[in-house]
Amino acid sequence: MSKLKSFNSQLLDKVHSKWIFIIPGVFLLALFMLPLFALLVRSINKDFFNYALSEQAIKALRLSLITSTITTGTAVIFGTPLAYMLARWKFRFKSWIELLIDLPIVLPPSVAGLALLIAFGRRGLFGSALNTFGISLPFTTAAVVLAQAFVAAPLYVRSARIGFTEIDKQLEEAAHVEGANQWQLFYEVMFPLARRALLSGAILTWTRALGEFGATILFAGNLEGVTQTMPMAIYLGFERDLGIALTLSVVLITVSIFLLMITRKLEKQEED
Amino acid sequence: MKRFLSLTLLLTLFLTACGTATTPASTTVPAIEMPATEAPATEAPTAAPEARTLTVFAAASLTDAFTEIGKNFEVANPGVTATFNFAGSQALRTQIEEGAPVDVFASASGKEMDTLLTGKFVAEGMPQIFLTNKLVVILPSNNPAGLEKLEELANPGIKLVLAAEEVPVGNYARQALDLMNGLFGPDFKDKVMANVVSNEDNVKQVVAKVQLGEADAGIVYTSDAVAAPDLKIVEIPAELNVIAKYPIAALAESTDADLAQAFVDYVLSPESQAVLQVWGFAPAK
Repeated sequence: MSKLKSFNSQLLDKVHSKWIFIIPGVFLLALFMLPLFALLVRSINKDFFNYALSEQAIKALRLSLITSTITTGTAVIFGTPLAYMLARWKFRFKSWIELLIDLPIVLPPSVAGLALLIAFGRRGLFGSALNTFGISLPFTTAAVVLAQAFVAAPLYVRSARIGFTEIDKQLEEAAHVEGANQWQLFYEVMFPLARRALLSGAILTWTRALGEFGATILFAGNLEGVTQTMPMAIYLGFERDLGIALTLSVVLITVSIFLLMITRKLEKQEED
Repeated sequence: MKRFLSLTLLLTLFLTACGTATTPASTTVPAIEMPATEAPATEAPTAAPEARTLTVFAAASLTDAFTEIGKNFEVANPGVTATFNFAGSQALRTQIEEGAPVDVFASASGKEMDTLLTGKFVAEGMPQIFLTNKLVVILPSNNPAGLEKLEELANPGIKLVLAAEEVPVGNYARQALDLMNGLFGPDFKDKVMANVVSNEDNVKQVVAKVQLGEADAGIVYTSDAVAAPDLKIVEIPAELNVIAKYPIAALAESTDADLAQAFVDYVLSPESQAVLQVWGFAPAK
């Protein structure tokens, strides 16, 4: 057995074992890079700035940024307590609730959109009740946020839950001995320790919300300035003029990279 | 154990989600030339007929009619599998331009077909008009806005859903509203457009939003209203209506030109024309 092991490792050394990591890694990297590169190359056209600065593009970008920010805020406000309870408290059906929260992550967005429509549509199971109060969600900006939250908020809850779970049990006990109540325990011990997990969860949610398309088009429809987000404008642009779609894609990629860079910096500061 | 179970369940769900993706059409070229004309159904095949695949891209409004025609075509041509991609004609046109492997394209507008013709995507011969279609206003069965007349589309606060301007039916609807301006006053179209809550990606999405009762009204083809009999309709008089002419053509990129042409001929045959009329389309004349 040990003989075989040493033979194997000798063989690996001979073929430069580092290539075992480099080759598959580069393949996957190429899968990410090549399409983005092609997009960039093909987007270079004389109308680039006309398209990028068109009223439609600016409205769509503004709507995307506003809705995804609201979605992230909502996810943090409502998701943090939920994640905290799931991580630190003991109660029945906990693993089922966890599974339920993870479900939207794996569901196709079209299912999410359909479910939202059937639930909160004007004639939906709960939407009809809302309608009696004069509230109609479909085709509104609120519907865009709802669709994004359904699809993207689970990413925050997941990350936050893992962050809270990893905190040492002894710290909690020590706080109890000191006489801290639930809020003090959360605010003074748990929250600072889980901050990085919360931050990266929020970033994931934000970027996912920015890219949300499938649930939005089903539940919120498509109207310039109201429900037409960047992904929607790109999709419809693809059918009208490839140049528009390419330009808007590059704009969205640029904005996303910019956002990721800012949050990276925040994460780094957090580490130091 | 619980953790493992939930993981497996998630994985299963994930795989099911992935499994819905359509498989690309087979591009195998048949080794032996088979006459593509309709084989009489009485001819009992001794050997299994050669498998051939036909890929048709067709306007979303053709969904029901072409699904039926496709089944008939498969019966008439044993061994042939007809697969369809129904979407807005403008979306299909873009996909064809970007190299989708397609044998036949049936468009809801001449414009999309002309673009392909100019780009040399159409096989020899000219596209043929195979049917016409008209516009109609559809309302949910419970008619929440209480609409009865065409001019009421301008009533403030009505939720109207149209197809996007890029989509043929969306373009025709806007043309019809222009015509209505002459009858209902010069600001009629503006008032109606102010009621639009969504510009959908294809005509079937418009139908769905009205069927679900999310919208108070939509403008679609007569054929779509036929396919959704639960909807109420408001007719658009001929002088205010726009006639959509649907062209069909075999495409240059087809790997089975005979089969592609056979399908085009089949759509133009009296048998298929009868099917199209059942689904609410008018003949090409």
